[in-house]
Amino acid sequence: MRIACPFCGERENGEFTYLGDAKPKRPAMVAIDGGAGAPGEAEAFYDYVYLRDNFAGEMSEYWYHGGGCRSWLVIERNTLTHDIKSVRAAPGAGAAKAGAK
Amino acid sequence: MASAQSNRLAKGGLIDRNAPLSFTFDGKAMIGYAGDTLASALVANGVTLVGRSFKYHRPRGILTAGPEEPNALVELRSGARREANTKATTAELYDGLDALSQNRWPSLGFDVMSVNSLLSPIFVAGFYYKTFMWPAKFWEKLYEPAIRRAAGLGRTSGIADPDHYEKAWAHCDVLVVGSGPAGLAAALAAGRTGARVILAEEDRLAGGRLNSDGGEIDGMPAGEWLAGALAELEALPNVRIMTRTAVFGVYDGGTYGALERVNDHLPVPPVHQPRQRLWRIVAKRCVVAAGAIERPIVFSGNDRPGVMMASAVRTYVERFAAAPGKRLALFTNNDDGWKTVEAAHRAGIEIAAVIDSRKDLSQHHRALAQSGGFAVHNGVVVDVKGGKTGVSGVEIALANGGSAQIAADVLAMSGGWNPSVGLSSHHRGRPKWREDIAAFVPEGAPAGMLSAGAANGDFSLSACLRTGHEAGLAAASDLGFKGRAGKAPAASDEAISISPLWHVEGRKKGFVDFQHDVTASDIALAQREGFESVEHLKRYTTLGMATDQGKNSNVTGLAIMSELTRRSIPQTGTTIYRPPHVPVAIGAFAGHHRDENFHSVRLTPSHHWAAERGAVFVDTGLWKRAQWYPIAGENDWLTSVNREVLTVRNGVGFCDVSTLGKIDVMGKDAGAFLDRVYINAFASLAVGKARYGLMLREDGIVMDDGTTSRLAEDHYFLTTTTAKAGPVMQYLEFCRQVLWPELDVQLTSCTDQWAQFSIAGPKTRDLLREIVDPAEDLSNEGFPFMGVREVRLRGGMFARLFRISFSGEMAFEISVPARYGDAMARNLMKAGEPFGVVPYGTEALGVMRIEKGHIAGAELNGTTTADDLGLGKMMSKKKDFVGRVMAGREALTAPDRQVVVGLKPVDKARRLRSGAHIIPKGAAVGPDTDQGYVTSVCHSPMLGQWIGLGLVERGRERIGEIVRAHDPLRGEDYYVEICNPVFYDPEGGRQRG
Repeated sequence: MRIACPFCGERENGEFTYLGDAKPKRPAMVAIDGGAGAPGEAEAFYDYVYLRDNFAGEMSEYWYHGGGCRSWLVIERNTLTHDIKSVRAAPGAGAAKAGAK
Repeated sequence: MASAQSNRLAKGGLIDRNAPLSFTFDGKAMIGYAGDTLASALVANGVTLVGRSFKYHRPRGILTAGPEEPNALVELRSGARREANTKATTAELYDGLDALSQNRWPSLGFDVMSVNSLLSPIFVAGFYYKTFMWPAKFWEKLYEPAIRRAAGLGRTSGIADPDHYEKAWAHCDVLVVGSGPAGLAAALAAGRTGARVILAEEDRLAGGRLNSDGGEIDGMPAGEWLAGALAELEALPNVRIMTRTAVFGVYDGGTYGALERVNDHLPVPPVHQPRQRLWRIVAKRCVVAAGAIERPIVFSGNDRPGVMMASAVRTYVERFAAAPGKRLALFTNNDDGWKTVEAAHRAGIEIAAVIDSRKDLSQHHRALAQSGGFAVHNGVVVDVKGGKTGVSGVEIALANGGSAQIAADVLAMSGGWNPSVGLSSHHRGRPKWREDIAAFVPEGAPAGMLSAGAANGDFSLSACLRTGHEAGLAAASDLGFKGRAGKAPAASDEAISISPLWHVEGRKKGFVDFQHDVTASDIALAQREGFESVEHLKRYTTLGMATDQGKNSNVTGLAIMSELTRRSIPQTGTTIYRPPHVPVAIGAFAGHHRDENFHSVRLTPSHHWAAERGAVFVDTGLWKRAQWYPIAGENDWLTSVNREVLTVRNGVGFCDVSTLGKIDVMGKDAGAFLDRVYINAFASLAVGKARYGLMLREDGIVMDDGTTSRLAEDHYFLTTTTAKAGPVMQYLEFCRQVLWPELDVQLTSCTDQWAQFSIAGPKTRDLLREIVDPAEDLSNEGFPFMGVREVRLRGGMFARLFRISFSGEMAFEISVPARYGDAMARNLMKAGEPFGVVPYGTEALGVMRIEKGHIAGAELNGTTTADDLGLGKMMSKKKDFVGRVMAGREALTAPDRQVVVGLKPVDKARRLRSGAHIIPKGAAVGPDTDQGYVTSVCHSPMLGQWIGLGLVERGRERIGEIVRAHDPLRGEDYYVEICNPVFYDPEGGRQRG
């Protein structure tokens, strides 16, 4: 399999590490005072940590270009055919984000 | 004595008669010529019996002239280079070649196991499943070893391979697989447009069937055209011709696996050259012009030595000038087989007869029979007469009901051709049946792949040239290459007609799969017993499961099944094709990654210095770390380690700790970022201070620990454990890039950039004062515990100094750029001489951390929570962090969890061992009474006994309790006392002193 890294170009998959389903979104960090978290956070984290898809078909997945630019990528890939529809850099990936607030 | 090449033709062939080569087969010396394969040299020397079959030990001869060969498998070379199951048909002859036939005992001519042939009713399809079912315990001890002795093919050498293999990448626009007429036409068309072309050819010579079949192209003899085409391709700078290179697999994204047999044609590879090279070729387009494989017809005695594929007879006669016999009969169901008669006739071989299963004879063939003076019988061969070394004649059943006997010493057979659909089916494409040619052609090929020529069912020379040209041009223009491709090479068209004939009923065995001894009656049996699906048929009969993967048997097998089940061939279908298309040695996949090069090795900055001192090294991940430093007179590790520990505790020692992961965390939000990934606070850490930090995974389990320092307002220096350096870096990048891109923070791995040494012991300051500029204040006030500062060294260089301690002693860690690490080690040794300094290794490091109850990898084992490790109080209640929510789960906070405690044997002389289970005193041993286990142990020179850490249920409430350490693995059972994990200096006064 070959992955077109937005920063490095098309590279062999041995340079990348697979993480898994990119759909679940981590619940936001919350202000803690004295130990109380957000209401319903236990269920939200249970969903985030354990309820992940891994099906045969088109998945949106996290991959890490550890053998290259160290960017995290979001790849739309068909797990049956290994066809890759799109490769996007994670929002904070890439060279120094000078403009980050 | 060398034989006289009795069957070598007087002239012709692509061999060099001026370069005779001597070789031996089963110890018999013979001569061949440069350009021969082992098989062609054996044919030239009149050798017909070359092996015994897998199951019945039937005598077998050479069947084919190519990589599909099922019979002529030999052990090539001797000693460590002995290679089993090597196809004589593709092994190039070299001077001094030695080969042994396989699967026979005591000799090829007299084989004891051929009695299996008489017992054949037992050895039918599925016999493994039926015969050896009961009693089950006999399988491992009796049946399997016996079967393995009796069956099986060649022997491996059992010795490490002395040769090396390498791996390489290549990139191109158009990969052309096969250099027959179609492949050459494709490469020419694509190459002329300017596309980068790789033309891969499995054989030594480019040309494919042109080298065996001749013909006329663009008005000149095929050989002449071939030479011109190759010259043109070689002159094109964008075309690369790779001979001896077999493309064996199609992988994702246009990646092709290919094996180049760089030096298999030599007895020993030249110095510094690999035997084979594994290529990964990345191609935007691929033209498969891999040709086709001629298929046998199944009839009684079709496996007798002397029965040969018609195309192979042609190859031996035309390409190698070696005659497989003196009097040839042909059994065919198609026009192509007739070419063999023409070639043999031209070469002066007597034609006994042609047996054609088809009723109508073409004008051309009728004329040929007339001029050749041989009979043509409309009928089928029903039996082959002869002995174990060859054919004496054939028995024919005529279509008109009569029969005939014909004397012949070689029978050529042609059942038609199967396009090579292997590569085009590697992505689960299912080949499509074409009734007009009675063969499967590619369907559902991988993206970017085209098939051309015989591989696509276009068998005539003119069609090969035309479709090859078209495919090459299509591939190149699809990629935007606009150069002129020229005209397709032309040949006069030959119509190839075929009338399917798969199987002739006979009294004796007719073989479908020659290598695995699968007969037509085995297929019938499989059908009777309900194994009709091709996948069942394959596994029940082992059809196509030998080293040749059924290249000349699979289609015939399923065609016979379709006749039996009265389904059509496409309804019957094919099995799934998977790489590799040809066998590839594991050595080629491994390449250089074997022995000491199995993985890369990381050396610490002080490695060479440590090696000079005779340090004993231990592998920790990729790193080599000094484990202990023996001195003269020390013969066992414990003596050395005890000395190192005692010297540190009483004086001073130092240890290279550069392997810890180091990450620079920089930016305005660096503190906020660390607050999120650590359970404890870091934003509030003062500049110039270090703090121990613990990270959790999202599921609340501990991920890693380490000391992180604040070097500036916007600059933290984070350390990880040695093992987790990579994973933590990857995880932190995930947090930064994916979870919180809004934070202004950057991460840089700097593990390899810094050499870091821990200097520990009461005399640490004395030693440091020799190294550090006298103006630097190292006193407790000027440099307090957990302080961090850049200091000037004597001589003007700067270093980072961290007052942190893993040993529990007064200690500093000093950090210099990695290139100064070696010098720093030597400096510390020299400056410390007056104070009796010793270097210490990872063992002493481990002893001191266990004495201090510090956790390490054995406790950070992916099952423990912060509280299990006694660090629950570190979890901040004022800020959020990764793992906070899940760490609060019921089971992770249960009061009966196994937590870290100290353990020491009640009998002080007793050695404690990791892995021992903790059982309450008086309880029976069992999973319900198992309350934990010993995680880390050491011999403590300070306590004078073995001590350890363990995870024990409710351990902290049980300090002082005596429990059983039960160790069934080592057969030990003894009492240990649960104690405080901090064995030494529990108040911590020493490290603060």
